[in-house]
Amino acid sequence: MSTNNTPTDMAGSAIDDEVSSAPGLFRRMMRQKQARIGAVLTGIVLLVALVGPLLLPWATGFTSTSFSGRPFQPDGIFGTDNLGRDILSRFLDGGLRLLAYAALATALGMVVGVVIGMAAAYSRPWLDNLIMRSNDVLLALPQLVFALLAITVLGPKGWVLVTVIGITHAPRVARVTRSATASVITEDFVRASEMYAVPKWKILLKDVLPNITGPLMVELGLRMTYSIGFVAALSFLGLGMQPPTADWGLMINENRIALTVQPWGVILPVVAIAILTVGTNLLTDSLARASANLNAGE
Amino acid sequence: MILKLVSRRLLVSVLILLVVSIMVFVATLLLPGDPAQAVLGQQATPERLEALREQMNLNDPVVMRYLSWLGGLFTGNFGYSAATAGPVSALIGERITASLVLMGIAAVISIPVGIIVGTYSALRRGRFADHVATTTSLVLAAMPEFVIGIVMITLFSTTVFKILPSVTLAPPGEPVWNYPLQLVLPALTLVLVVTPYIVRMMRATMIEVLDSGFVEMARLKGVPERTVILRHAVPHALGPVAQVVAIQLAWMAGGVVVIEFLFRYPGIGQALVDAVSNRDVQVVQAISMLIAAAYIVVNLLADIVGIATNPKLRTESAR
Repeated sequence: MSTNNTPTDMAGSAIDDEVSSAPGLFRRMMRQKQARIGAVLTGIVLLVALVGPLLLPWATGFTSTSFSGRPFQPDGIFGTDNLGRDILSRFLDGGLRLLAYAALATALGMVVGVVIGMAAAYSRPWLDNLIMRSNDVLLALPQLVFALLAITVLGPKGWVLVTVIGITHAPRVARVTRSATASVITEDFVRASEMYAVPKWKILLKDVLPNITGPLMVELGLRMTYSIGFVAALSFLGLGMQPPTADWGLMINENRIALTVQPWGVILPVVAIAILTVGTNLLTDSLARASANLNAGE
Repeated sequence: MILKLVSRRLLVSVLILLVVSIMVFVATLLLPGDPAQAVLGQQATPERLEALREQMNLNDPVVMRYLSWLGGLFTGNFGYSAATAGPVSALIGERITASLVLMGIAAVISIPVGIIVGTYSALRRGRFADHVATTTSLVLAAMPEFVIGIVMITLFSTTVFKILPSVTLAPPGEPVWNYPLQLVLPALTLVLVVTPYIVRMMRATMIEVLDSGFVEMARLKGVPERTVILRHAVPHALGPVAQVVAIQLAWMAGGVVVIEFLFRYPGIGQALVDAVSNRDVQVVQAISMLIAAAYIVVNLLADIVGIATNPKLRTESAR
């Protein structure tokens, strides 16, 4: 899971021309088989994560933190975990927080990055330079190291995770936004708005933003995939979600010592995370193809 | 021209490294409590505390402390660990080698494999082998590194086949390469994480190159297909791929953290996670700086490769 290159591969996509509007973008995306597979995979995991917590304790008889027996026993459908809690209950309850944190971090990174990127592209050269050079400094620290540094100082709290992941995404989003914006602001319709003395922020919001949704959507998908992996990885390291919270990343950490005896405590969350990230990546990849084809027509 | 660009890029890297070091240093100042107390614990006598404070330069102004910390990084004095109550350099010395060994093995395997698979996939574009390669790399690229690692452990170490050790259990002080079997799974995981990006980039550039005029020309001249690919196409595709390779190597400096933790591999990544759990600030600082420095240097190399392989700049310098 590298952060610096997009999982896009423009070659080999052959889709005929169509109207270049946002709905067209989605229609083109969903016409690809891999997008439909991605949607199904993502949907399955989303369903488990969203509906799972509602089923407890009705479906399994336990809440995610109540003790159902002795550790690592084959009781129930998937057995018990390292402290004797029901694995299925913890699994059903463990996805929502991961998704919520990842979504919040992605949203924060996107908003901050888009604002910074658009501002940089549409301001005076010295300000643009200043913004992009500070961007380079943030990019010079590996995301994980930055996060670990913040966690050392501020402790493994929820808002720290969301903020720190959002902040590490922002410069990467800003770079994409800036280059997309730079190609739009030279267009005639922006010049026209400038002549009517429309305020700059209004131009950016009404004229520029709708025209860069393609690359931004691709970036959104990419950042979401990374955020999921990132939050899960931090929890797995024991530095994200803290016990006794039920969380997929944390479950893997707690139960991996007994992988030979009682593999379900590890396999269920691992499979869920794998399906989810593969699903979102398939969606992003086909979105990128659809978007590239749209822009190629211009 | 090339020289000018390279030296400017070098200067920028040094500046960035300096700013990063300030950020890493300021992180400690935000932490509540007395670092000397953290090292010696609650039962320490005031005299010993005072002595250690003097030794750690805690009585100096912040700017002086920053400068002496920065100077220490160059002379190998990385500060004191609160957890082991010893110098940080003793803690991470051997671990740096261990991490470098792991990353070296991964790089040596993944670069040629990535290039070969990518080329093959491009040559068989649209065929079955290409689909397999593209799908596999898409799936592998999506999954977080620890997920791939766990899958490897389940497959080769615990549940399906029990042929490889899942954790590194070398006695301290003994080099990791004395136990080659224990290196297999961590290295394999790292390879599986890094290779897909190289494959994808190689495939995309190869397809572009194979469609270009000079390849068609070579074919029309009757040059054997083997020579067309090895002499004309592949060298042209390597430029952009070199950049991706460098980015992947830089990523490894940070990504190795999770993989080392997963396999209990005695490298700096594992030390970093332990230090963060113990809030052992000076260790975190030292390792963060090391990783950041490695990251910046490799990125610098990537840019230099990019500049050096850019034919436009080359012709300009020849003029």
